[in-house]
Amino acid sequence: MSVVVSLARTTLIEAVRNRLLWLAVVIVGVALGLAQFLNQVAITESREIQAALLAALLRVAAVFIAATFVITSVVRESNDKVIELVLSLPVPRAAYFFGKFAGCALVAAALAALFALPLALFAQPAGLAAWAGSLFCELLIVTAMSLFCVLSLAQVPSAFAAVAGFYLLSRSMAAMQTIAGAALTEPSLVDRIVNRIVDLIALLLPALDRMTETAWLLESAPGAGALGALLGQTTIYLALIGAAALFDLYRKNF
Amino acid sequence: MAERPLAHVPRLVLALLALGLAAQVALRATSAPPRAAAADLAPAPSAAALKLASFGDPIALAKVLMLHLQAFDYQSGSHVPYQDLDYGRLEDWLSRILELDPRGQYPLLAASRLYAEVPVEAKQRSMLEFVYREFFVDPNRRWPWLAHATMVAKYRLHDLPLARRYAAAIQRHATAPDVPLWAGQMEAFILEDMNELETARIMIGGYLQSGRVKDPAELKFLDQRLKELEARLAARKKEKK
Repeated sequence: MSVVVSLARTTLIEAVRNRLLWLAVVIVGVALGLAQFLNQVAITESREIQAALLAALLRVAAVFIAATFVITSVVRESNDKVIELVLSLPVPRAAYFFGKFAGCALVAAALAALFALPLALFAQPAGLAAWAGSLFCELLIVTAMSLFCVLSLAQVPSAFAAVAGFYLLSRSMAAMQTIAGAALTEPSLVDRIVNRIVDLIALLLPALDRMTETAWLLESAPGAGALGALLGQTTIYLALIGAAALFDLYRKNF
Repeated sequence: MAERPLAHVPRLVLALLALGLAAQVALRATSAPPRAAAADLAPAPSAAALKLASFGDPIALAKVLMLHLQAFDYQSGSHVPYQDLDYGRLEDWLSRILELDPRGQYPLLAASRLYAEVPVEAKQRSMLEFVYREFFVDPNRRWPWLAHATMVAKYRLHDLPLARRYAAAIQRHATAPDVPLWAGQMEAFILEDMNELETARIMIGGYLQSGRVKDPAELKFLDQRLKELEARLAARKKEKK
């Protein structure tokens, strides 16, 4: 357990020394500047425009920062032989994964809290709380996926490309399914096969399109059912990706 | 470097992997399939916002938006698609897509052949007017959709003045050499149905004399059409006497 805590702590220190939080503060500052610009040019619904565009920008920025941090941190530890050093200790390999994940989860929590702050100017509190909590869940999934990809692929470009593809696909899968289901002509055999493949891929991806919705900031906070589904999806996906990452870690030869 | 054997993976991890996979598939399989209901069609953003969102590739965005728009209120089976859509919003979306990709024909095809087919006359008319307005932006490329709108106005709405207005616009504005002559001749046929036989006879005769008709089959068709018209006019004159 002490190894897990130590790894989490060193990961947090690494984030601080990488000036990750400063980067987040700069992004928040830029976002506020953008909000002011939008306020000047919009002739109506300026609050809604500010909230919607800021939320989208901050969400993407948070995901990008979290994924980049996880991937570069693990690659650095791999190059510096830190992973070999940890694995040589009399602790299970899972300790490295859980320690790293715990540290990254703390970073994700800080990012979610920091990025929710500027939105407090434009959104109602209940919706904003749900949005920030959901962003944290989303960042946890991205963090777990980044860990899985970087432990398997071991290279920054390939791991980042895999995480980016996963995120974009998860966010747009519902739209893809909707489009696939609205073919105006009688679907051919190939069309049916493609649609089936799309449906199968959708089964394996988290429903990110139902997380961190901008509508929560503009209209009303999600109900208990939606929040429960969100937490359920996060838990299940973390278990799945965590198990996949551990499976890979236990089979890996260093 | 070869991987370590499967036996090195703790059973708990394997169990968690199997359980996580089963739970994820079960969760997604039991959730309602995504569907774009008519009420979900949001107001169209401004063209400037869409251009910003396209990251410098408005044509790709226009294509995706058109496919996405088409999915709203579409259901296979007995349900009549599109009739619950807010046609004001729909028109705004189609206009924005055309602004993003002015050479794209899909929005006009959808307007004339999909959205103008709903059994609600007001909605049909609004789509036909949309096609008519957009036709003037690029008549030589967009005339086929106005030609179809003409046919809808004539045979579905039974509104001959409207059909004539559309046909006349094609004749006057679609002047490129690759526009078939029949497109320009639509007004004549519409007028004929309106019993404006004399006008139609003059127009068809004018086409034949202009030398623009080169295709022998088309010449024969128009000539036959003209003879029919003259015969009907002669019969009408006899009746008057």
